[in-house]
Amino acid sequence: MSFWPLDNYWAHFAVFATVILAFVVIGVMAFIYVERRGFGPFQLRRGPNRAGPFGVLQPIADAIKVLLKEDIVPAGADRAVHFLAPVVVFLPVLLIFAVVPFHGKLGGLIPNLNIGILYVVAVSALGVVGLFMAGWGSNNKYSLISAMRVVAAMISYEMPLVLSIIGVVVIVGSLSMNDIVTGHQVPFFLLTPLGFLIFLASSMAEINRGPFDLLEADSEIVAGFHIEYSGMKFAMFYLAEYGHALAMSAIAATVFLKGWVGPADDYLGGLWFVAKTLLIFVLLIWFRITFPRLRIDQLMGFAWKFLFPAALINLLVIGIEEVAFDGDIPWWVLFINFAVAGGLILAWSKLFKLGGGRVEVAV
Amino acid sequence: MELRTEPFVLNMGPQHPSTHGVFRMRVTYDGEVVMDLEPMFGYLHRGIEKLAETRTYTQFIPLTDRLAYLSSMTNNHAYVLAVEKLAGITVPERAEYIRVIMDEMMRISSHLMAVGFFLNDLGCSVFTPLLYMYREREKLLDLFEMVCGQRLTYNYMRIGGVSHDLPEEFMPALKQFVAEMPSYIEEYEALLAENEILLARTKGVGILPRELAINASVSGPVLRASGVKWDIRKVDPYSVYDRFEFDIPTGEVGDNYDRYRVRIMEMQQSLRILRQAIEQLPEGEVCAKVPQFLRPPKGEAYGRIEGPQGELGFYIVSDNSIAPYRLHIRPPTLINLTALRDMIRGWKLADAIATFGSIDICLGEVDR
Amino acid sequence: MRFERYGKGLAKGLNITLKHVFRPRITTQYPEQKLTVSKRFRGYELVWDKSRCTGCATCAKSCPQGNIEIVTSRGSDNRYVVEKFEVDTGRCIFCGLCVESCPYDALFLGLDYERASYRRGDLVLSKEQLELGPGKRRSGYFRPEVESTLPRQTLLLDTAGRKKQD
Repeated sequence: MSFWPLDNYWAHFAVFATVILAFVVIGVMAFIYVERRGFGPFQLRRGPNRAGPFGVLQPIADAIKVLLKEDIVPAGADRAVHFLAPVVVFLPVLLIFAVVPFHGKLGGLIPNLNIGILYVVAVSALGVVGLFMAGWGSNNKYSLISAMRVVAAMISYEMPLVLSIIGVVVIVGSLSMNDIVTGHQVPFFLLTPLGFLIFLASSMAEINRGPFDLLEADSEIVAGFHIEYSGMKFAMFYLAEYGHALAMSAIAATVFLKGWVGPADDYLGGLWFVAKTLLIFVLLIWFRITFPRLRIDQLMGFAWKFLFPAALINLLVIGIEEVAFDGDIPWWVLFINFAVAGGLILAWSKLFKLGGGRVEVAV
Repeated sequence: MELRTEPFVLNMGPQHPSTHGVFRMRVTYDGEVVMDLEPMFGYLHRGIEKLAETRTYTQFIPLTDRLAYLSSMTNNHAYVLAVEKLAGITVPERAEYIRVIMDEMMRISSHLMAVGFFLNDLGCSVFTPLLYMYREREKLLDLFEMVCGQRLTYNYMRIGGVSHDLPEEFMPALKQFVAEMPSYIEEYEALLAENEILLARTKGVGILPRELAINASVSGPVLRASGVKWDIRKVDPYSVYDRFEFDIPTGEVGDNYDRYRVRIMEMQQSLRILRQAIEQLPEGEVCAKVPQFLRPPKGEAYGRIEGPQGELGFYIVSDNSIAPYRLHIRPPTLINLTALRDMIRGWKLADAIATFGSIDICLGEVDR
Repeated sequence: MRFERYGKGLAKGLNITLKHVFRPRITTQYPEQKLTVSKRFRGYELVWDKSRCTGCATCAKSCPQGNIEIVTSRGSDNRYVVEKFEVDTGRCIFCGLCVESCPYDALFLGLDYERASYRRGDLVLSKEQLELGPGKRRSGYFRPEVESTLPRQTLLLDTAGRKKQD
């Protein structure tokens, strides 16, 4: 890193803190735009196109609108908890990006942190507290139901999420994000396809999108935890929601799509990273637009009865391969892994029963 | 220490995104499980039955549009059928065929909305299937607009026939629609019929047993989904329905999935009727001569049709004046709603919403 | 052994939504791009042909809302002269019964639909505002002679949204 002028620790910190803040805010704006605009073609319409050319100023217009709204605190709300919840939700989103390597040489804030991926998992789970605070503090039954759902779903989906990442960690032999990026010549979504699918599914649940958006579930519990929020606080939730989506896409891009690695990554590394993040996000949009929502017991069943065992088996297979090839897995193993993934999904779907259903209630 | 849990009461509605209007459910939950449910009606009561007593027989037709606003044409039909029965008016053959064509178009359009909103309630959270279905409905609305000048409140049928003859552009457009529509239905099927999430959410959920369905006087697709082959078009043919060949699709268990399937299959049957009606459509008058201020003889009549949501009936008592002495509407959705409690007790919150959506109600008609 | 629920339905659904991306959009950019309404469109405004009207007030009698107010007086040649002809379009339900009932074809529905106003009073249209003039577009509702002069309605069936031949 000789040419890098910011060898000074504090200068490095200052620069990357700014970069992360800018990345999150601009990234969120871009994501909101991409999502709202991206819904258009899927639904035979055009999407927002009034504010600025192709509607690019739409997120800004949204932000201005939201910020100008009156901030309402419901009567009977726990004011302190109600006030703090958006902050607690938003903070972990920023923290995640501390270990994300934006670029090979220029790096990130602390991309070489030796427990990088563990840090990501730990920090991203913090958001649950904020969501629960919001649901509890609002003094609203809908938001309370939502809060309960959040806690149940988030904790359940942490398991397969972590296990799917551990598969990668086993191959790489390091927890550091930078090592994971350069860990293997084959991108991990090919090398551990099952792990990638599990990660995708559980991260969708983790960021409350797509078929797993139970805690917002606007057709059931109206808007869930942020039903009583307006103005700036609502904007924070909105920011956090998309920020979390951004973070998860960035993690997926880093862990499974080799992050900044690409042609001419000495110069374009950051661009590759952004492109891969967007790719993941478009995938998430596509899932969200197609699927209906799961029910809460089915959501839990899916996590514990399908994803969790599948992730364990995936880990076992990778472990065996790791031992068999003595820590140096050749590229053609991906065919084995694809076969294992396909077979496992087929076989497990045969065994997998959602159960749940009707509960007898007294008349 | 023992943890104590208590059921809690949640008022869903009258302002709730998926109560299809201003319907209120007073639901007792134990966690996510529905313990009890009490439907509450009347937020959209406009006194349409009473208004009928102050209007002439013709003037009431526009108000029937405002009952179930997603099936205005069939509402018109049910009403004029009752008045024609009361006054003993014979309708020209061409008008009968036009009515059938309109009814079936309306049925397709209404079922598209029913299925679309049902899927929306299931949580296709960004409306995708609904928007695809809007596309086909839009084409039908274009045709309705071409015939009668409006897209929602048609006011097309008159006592003794229909208000206009079909314009000349209508038939080619309808033929094109009928030819294209099956491929779109296939597309909906591909999008949803095998979708694992949809199956998990709807199969076996919200079962309305056959006996209960009959006892609760439920009608329409909800009844047929419970396995009862009952369709007024077959059992008590009105208009010219006895001249068409069509099947009555029925479900097996009466769960949400069956209600969804029955609607999709009914759309296919409607297309079949449309194809036959287009072929058989005769030439001639479209409206019998009826005085502007009709005075039907003293008496009473009940006219019923198979509307998209079920048996829609108008019961009219005449005292030989220009306005009905009393008019009563049998709204299919209100009566279908009475079975709601038994359908969703014991299911989860999300199922309650989905089952409610699968009944396909329209508050304009429930509360009148 | 049949495999079920392994995601085939999900994949099919994804395929359908992806296909739609490559289809033409069906929405219109409303204020800039306007569709031609039906020839029988029951539009906002009533159009009144003064020369044909005899002041018989059949339209007022047929109106379900009782919106039409007609005051006539006997003119010099023993014919009715319409003194006041007022329609409260704020209460009008655009059923078109007045147009249908007019025995002299003196009343028409309009073709316009953009008439939002800030005051309810603006919606009450007087005789002068209703009168057939150069700026008035008449609808062909129940008036076949007008209907034949109007342009063809834009249909979603023939413009956008048509499925590409796969």
